[in-house]
Amino acid sequence: MAEIVIRDLRKEFGSFTAVKGSSFTIRDGEFFMLLGPSGCGKTTTLRMIAGLELPTSGQILIDGEDVSQRPASQRDIAMVFQMFALYPHMNVRKNISYPLVSQGVPRAQVQAKVAEVARILGIESILDKPVGGLSGGDRQRVALGRAIVRNPKAFMMDEPLGALDAEFREHMAEELRALHDRMKATTVYVTHDQLEAMQMGDKIVVMNHGVVEQFGTPQDIYDHPATMFVADFIGSPAMNFLRFEGKVIPGDQSVALGDTPVALPEVQESAFGPLVLGVRPEHVSLTDGGAYRGGIIAAEYLGTTQIVTLATPHGTIKARVPSGQVARVGEQLGLSFRAGSLSLFDAASGRALRTAANAGVHHG
Amino acid sequence: MSAYSITEPTRRSKWVAALLVTLYTVITLLPLVWIISTGFKSGQDSISYPPKVVFQPSLEGYVNLFTTRTRVSSDEFGNLPPPATWYDEIVRDQGMVIAGPSRFGERFLNSVIIGFGSTFLSIVLGTLAAYAFSRFKVPLKDDLLFFILSTRMMPPIAVAIPIFLMYRSLGLSDTHLGMILLYTAVNISLAVWLLKGFIDEIPREYEEAALIDGYTRFQAFRKVVLPQAATGIASTAIFCLIFAWNEYAFAVLLTSGTAQTAPPFIPTIIGVGGQDWPAVAAGATIFLLPVMIFTILLRKHLLRGITFGAVRK
Repeated sequence: MAEIVIRDLRKEFGSFTAVKGSSFTIRDGEFFMLLGPSGCGKTTTLRMIAGLELPTSGQILIDGEDVSQRPASQRDIAMVFQMFALYPHMNVRKNISYPLVSQGVPRAQVQAKVAEVARILGIESILDKPVGGLSGGDRQRVALGRAIVRNPKAFMMDEPLGALDAEFREHMAEELRALHDRMKATTVYVTHDQLEAMQMGDKIVVMNHGVVEQFGTPQDIYDHPATMFVADFIGSPAMNFLRFEGKVIPGDQSVALGDTPVALPEVQESAFGPLVLGVRPEHVSLTDGGAYRGGIIAAEYLGTTQIVTLATPHGTIKARVPSGQVARVGEQLGLSFRAGSLSLFDAASGRALRTAANAGVHHG
Repeated sequence: MSAYSITEPTRRSKWVAALLVTLYTVITLLPLVWIISTGFKSGQDSISYPPKVVFQPSLEGYVNLFTTRTRVSSDEFGNLPPPATWYDEIVRDQGMVIAGPSRFGERFLNSVIIGFGSTFLSIVLGTLAAYAFSRFKVPLKDDLLFFILSTRMMPPIAVAIPIFLMYRSLGLSDTHLGMILLYTAVNISLAVWLLKGFIDEIPREYEEAALIDGYTRFQAFRKVVLPQAATGIASTAIFCLIFAWNEYAFAVLLTSGTAQTAPPFIPTIIGVGGQDWPAVAAGATIFLLPVMIFTILLRKHLLRGITFGAVRK
């Protein structure tokens, strides 16, 4: 298994730049998520690591070795494709053994290895079936089998659960994570589903328009988004943005939202002009009193919680509150925010201002 | 009242469809039946009017096709030893003796060599070119593809004279190689375009999976793309073979001896010892066989090939 280092990776397709100088490190054994909306460059990045695209510039180091200009066949990497790409003219056994055959592994050893992989994945009974008639889940397992049979340095997975139906996806995600925990294999996983990324990943890179927006653990990314894009992309419902004009200097522990002071972690840099206060819905509480007020315009019941939408002087805001709390449309309520969990952004650049809370979080 | 479905054909429309198909089949197959049956008629029967539908089958046409014969005087005819073989006997019945084998065998072999040779070459070159056009960034790709297509925009025979002169000075006239190259040149544009369509339909992920599994680009092409493209290759091969096999004009112009194919040879039978229609029909029947067998062998692929793209996705 291997550590993968990406340095200033860039990819241009003609005049279009798909990836604009990404840098991050994937530690040995990590389950690493490349997350972003479609067209953000995450798949291109994965394909460059795998060797299916050659970078325009920058470096890819696998175990300290620069492989950036080497063909895929010389990188010792396995990949699971979104549509699985099982060889349709071969049966399951042949599909799984195919990577070993290319390495000239003796037949007896191939048989033993295929049997072992089949046992791990629970697909022993379908080994001699053609791949055409398999269910989505079995195809997924065969694709995984083809990837793990060779003990490669790392696994690349391009939205491997995208082709499965919702119910089964959940199950397969658990299976994948369990498999990873057992094999401790460095895995790079591309997804546009933030829940999947949070649920499965050890680390997440969030990309947008070919740029790495943030790189860190799911907790870091959720609690301390480095940019407004990340704040908006991660979490459902997304982080609330309260836009206001203001000024902060290092040492400030509150900002003025209209006339109301709102406490937040100690600001460590100065900024002025249009600012944005970022509040996760679960960090809003509704009270009868309170200086900062809003009117309820909608309430969605979700079982244990409900999402209450309120109109405030600085934009609408969604609050996640216990479903037992009474929320009537039209009612005026006071809002309070959990001070330690707030983020402050510069509206022009979209960047999070440095505070006592997010210091040390990696920025893209 | 029975249930009515928009998508399910009614009993009556099924009957009408069956009738139309049968009628069409009879119309298309009638000339074929005519040719095959004429091949088994005697010379007399073949020209009788009204035509004989029921007749005494004879191998006269086939024997005449493969032999050359001479007429001998009645004195000599009486002195001949009794016929040694069944075909000697058939020739004697016509009042002639066998002088030697005809050239049909060689000409037929030429057709096989040239037809299959050019088909093979068209497919090999066409597949490689189609793969490159489908997968790689080729500079001026669209212009090149259009250029390749444009070679089919005029009838090939329009350039017969330049080709005739060119072949004469290159020493390619009346050679197998010359004819193979010529038919390949005509077929290659069809092959490239058809095969590119088929290869475009094969998802790139298959090759990418093979590349990652440690195979070279060429190995991935050979072991993953080619088996997937088998359908397209088979149907393209049939189209190429049918053209090369049936081609008449260039064959008349450019071949006369060593490399003459069957199409220009068969009409020459007519001139030998009167209008020998059974021999012509026998030649045509034998000539039909290879394409027929080739097509039947690849039939399953052909059907899938023709409907390719229309049914899938």
